[in-house]
Amino acid sequence: MIGIVDYGMGNVASLSNALRFLGYEPVVTDQSDVLGRASHIILPGVGSFKAAVDEMDQRGLRSVLKALVQEKPLLGICLGMQLLFTTGTEGGISKGLDILPGTVEKLPTHLCLPHIGWNPLDVVQDDAAFRPFQGKAVYFVHSYGVNTNAEYIVATAEYGLPVPAIVRKGKVFGMQFHPEKSGPVGLAMLKIFLGNEAKA
Amino acid sequence: MITKRIIPCLDVKDGKVVKGTHFVSLRDMGDPVALAKYYSENGADELIFLDISATNEGRRTIVDIVQETAKNVFVPFTVGGGVRTIDDMTRLLQAGADKVGVNSAAVEQPELIREASLRFGSQCIVIAIDAKWMPDGSWHVMVHGGKKDTGMNAVEWAKTAERLGAGEILLTSVDTDGVKTGFDLPLSKAVTDAVAIPVIASGGAGAPEHFAEVFTETDVSAALAASIFHEKTFTIEQVKKVCRQQGVMIRES
Repeated sequence: MIGIVDYGMGNVASLSNALRFLGYEPVVTDQSDVLGRASHIILPGVGSFKAAVDEMDQRGLRSVLKALVQEKPLLGICLGMQLLFTTGTEGGISKGLDILPGTVEKLPTHLCLPHIGWNPLDVVQDDAAFRPFQGKAVYFVHSYGVNTNAEYIVATAEYGLPVPAIVRKGKVFGMQFHPEKSGPVGLAMLKIFLGNEAKA
Repeated sequence: MITKRIIPCLDVKDGKVVKGTHFVSLRDMGDPVALAKYYSENGADELIFLDISATNEGRRTIVDIVQETAKNVFVPFTVGGGVRTIDDMTRLLQAGADKVGVNSAAVEQPELIREASLRFGSQCIVIAIDAKWMPDGSWHVMVHGGKKDTGMNAVEWAKTAERLGAGEILLTSVDTDGVKTGFDLPLSKAVTDAVAIPVIASGGAGAPEHFAEVFTETDVSAALAASIFHEKTFTIEQVKKVCRQQGVMIRES
């Protein structure tokens, strides 16, 4: 069972559909015991950073997620990836989950925002799992991006500047784009995440 | 950089795709879900469903189609046609559509664009404009399937829609639609020069070269076609190949 963290933000139907299509059983929940039984945790999200952390705190999810990440693979998608970092600036300064070090800021690009559409990935790290996706386009919809240490950035997409697109630290993954809307390439990347085993 | 998008449009009437009659490999040639899945697996960067049902019963079926499509199609898709209220949009977005297309309802009630973009986010709101060149030397916004002249200037209307929060313009040229001699380049140029949001060119595609032309000659972000794909005159990959040869950035699928 795959636990999709429910914090009342955004439409998770597409993500659930994609997981079912791949043969997995998704459960959308904010209950820590249910998430505790999941093999993998996905943190989705569309909306503003501050509203999301407020909602997560109200549901007591901050400590739950910080504990779960010690034992299970975790994937943050779009805003869900941004929430993995230390500090957000959208809607006012607010504290993220701080699972990865870094800040989330409005993209300093001269091109128009939001950054929407299919943009090819540049795999900047020698990550065996993601290397085959060099040059493959994925679907983005966002205005904010993460600033973090180069060691965590697996892939970027060029949009007036290299926008961090995939981050990874062990079994913690973040995808700034929507793998559930990125066709066969996106589904293949979800499978890479789902192929990671939980700690025994 | 963002790649240019190729978008097949599926006209749906009472739950069936109309125009799409040459798909011998599909069990049910008129099945919108099967056709959408086929396109999404064969290079479509996005899909648009246009509901042209004339009855309420017919229109209700589009929600079921959207729901089924969302289970099988993993590229973004837009649903338009008969979208008149926030409730209509809510139903379609909840059923799994990524964006909704609004045409005459926005012309009659421009504030609907502001309300919808605040509620759902600009990225969800596509404003469809049917434009026709007029003897007064400008393009007018047409409604009722391109038959009725509103007297409104189409380029100005595109600017207004952007200001009210539209995320994208679906620009159909009534003059080139169905003629298959290429997209309306002057119209596409006029509108892309006037707005900063993405513009989808529609109407006139008859050959892969027409796509390459509209991408190299104007700043449109996407180009849409129906019959050349449905009639299997050309595949999406054939179109993409020609665009790439002309130096257009196109997604490899």
